[in-house]
Amino acid sequence: MIYTDLMIIGGGPAGLSAAKTVSDYGVKSILVEKDRKLGGQLVKQTHRFFGSKKEKAGMRGFTIAQNIENEIRKSGSSEIWTDSTVLGLYEDGVVTVLRNGRMEKIKPKKIIAATGAFERYLAFENNDLPGVFGAGAVQTLMNVFGVLPGKKVLMVGSGNIGLIVSYQLIQAGAKVVQLVEAAPEIGGYLVHASKIARLGVPILTSATLKGVYGNGKVEKAVIHRVDERFNPIDGTEEEIEVDTVCLAVGLTPLNELVRMAGCEMVYSGELGGYVPLRDDFMQTSVNGLYCCGDASGIEEATSAMLSGSIAALHACYSVFPDIQDYQEQMQRLQSALTELRAGPFGEKIRKGLSRAVVIKNA
Amino acid sequence: MRIENHPVLEYKRGKKITFFFNGMPVECFEGETIAAALYAANILDLSSSRRLHRPRGLFCAIGNCSSCLMEVDGVVNVKTCVTPARHGMHVCVQEGKGDLL
Amino acid sequence: MLKKNGVACKEEYMEKLPSDIRKEKGPFAMIECFQRIPCDPCVYSCPIKAIMHMSDINDIPRVDFDKCNGCASCVVKCPGLAIFVVDLSKSSGKAVLKMAYELLPVPAVGDEVIALSREGKELCKAKVVEVRDGKINDKTYLLGIELDREYIYEARAVRVVDSDGK
Repeated sequence: MIYTDLMIIGGGPAGLSAAKTVSDYGVKSILVEKDRKLGGQLVKQTHRFFGSKKEKAGMRGFTIAQNIENEIRKSGSSEIWTDSTVLGLYEDGVVTVLRNGRMEKIKPKKIIAATGAFERYLAFENNDLPGVFGAGAVQTLMNVFGVLPGKKVLMVGSGNIGLIVSYQLIQAGAKVVQLVEAAPEIGGYLVHASKIARLGVPILTSATLKGVYGNGKVEKAVIHRVDERFNPIDGTEEEIEVDTVCLAVGLTPLNELVRMAGCEMVYSGELGGYVPLRDDFMQTSVNGLYCCGDASGIEEATSAMLSGSIAALHACYSVFPDIQDYQEQMQRLQSALTELRAGPFGEKIRKGLSRAVVIKNA
Repeated sequence: MRIENHPVLEYKRGKKITFFFNGMPVECFEGETIAAALYAANILDLSSSRRLHRPRGLFCAIGNCSSCLMEVDGVVNVKTCVTPARHGMHVCVQEGKGDLL
Repeated sequence: MLKKNGVACKEEYMEKLPSDIRKEKGPFAMIECFQRIPCDPCVYSCPIKAIMHMSDINDIPRVDFDKCNGCASCVVKCPGLAIFVVDLSKSSGKAVLKMAYELLPVPAVGDEVIALSREGKELCKAKVVEVRDGKINDKTYLLGIELDREYIYEARAVRVVDSDGK
């Protein structure tokens, strides 16, 4: 059995920020990541981040990831395990990890689960044909491996992911032939939409994908219009010649681990699915177990980083109550998160949180 | 196909290596996953559905969906989207669920 | 319609312009940001603080046109690539438009390009008059093009014509 103060599960934006905060205070931790490298979805983000300049806005996503990782490694108080998969989070507080062919058992004082999310799928004819990808897969292929997934792409979904990945496809040399969105309005930031519209990507709302067709791979797609209840309208089919379909239709929190440990969960459509009940410090109903980032509710990278820091700061404080400037730092983080969520785009999140946040007695 | 020049990214490609796909040599760069290397070589069929044998390719590319399971050096159900290619590796399209033992 | 297809209409973008007198005096920044989103790097990008301070980072940015000198520092810092510098002070008949550029190939000064509208439609030919290297700014280039004055409020992107004439 390995004993440690803090364990962070997941090395994406939330987990990295948590590890950085922990290392700032010299608290020992183990950061576990199932992939070969740290960064999660951040490493694939080639665009400059929005948000507040104080919280790294203006920097490209992959640069942010690299910088945080460098700082963590420099501090030396974090043990980093990559290629290591957490197998279970047990009710007695033990975490099992598959690492180098062995199962390790760890008993941390505090655990921060930052396990992210997974991509939603869409039902349409022949949706299993090679050439149909999730948006994340397209980003991984293009931005991590430098492989172009195809030359003529249909993008499904106009949230920020659909809009951003469309732009990245153009940067990589592909042509986005069409973007369809089932809702009547564009879901993501309008500046992202304008960026691709002026590069010739036609955006069509109240429309979705009916099916894809081809001999062993995508060769053409058929889209059709839908009404305000998303029912297809007969006779509006349109055929488009594409070799790739990219689905950017939403994410679902990936939090089976915290559920396994016995956390109370609640369903929130606004937050993307089942999420753990938590307090203002991201602590779940299981004492000592925190959940942050997309695993606690689908939002975006900057809020993931802030929630990771909040969870880590509180976790450190509960193990070492004599931490200097705790109140000041916590106040700063909470304010930044509130500010980020204060605008119209934050409305959905605020609504979801009002159901998922439990105010605990201090 | 591979992207040679990108306006924002610089790809750090390792040295050239060769592995085998269904016996056919495939050249790629060290550091690439098997699935990425196959896609770069325009090989999009990685597996097939169990009952109807419909072709399957990459979907999530991150180890979550099981679309890319192949037999690698005799080991079945390997997630090729998160497994790095190695020089001399033998990668085959898997038949059915594969036998573990 | 912006919310349907990402294309701002004339009423929307004309609101981002200064007075007619100011327009002719010299270059100025036109921030085509129409929606409240949490974002404020533009405020900090201006070396002379011509983009007004935001009390709430969701505020829509506003330019102080008395201070703005059209230096285009903000153009290459905006995460949404939503800022353009418009220069109507040149010889009559022509105007200069400066924009952020993050694509390949990067054109050279003197090259002919095709100016595209907000909908990506071809508008007119334009000549590249400035290319500020992206390497000093994390790969976002500044591109300045000279085009017929009548298109200055419509042209918002370029298509680079490569050596094959495509």
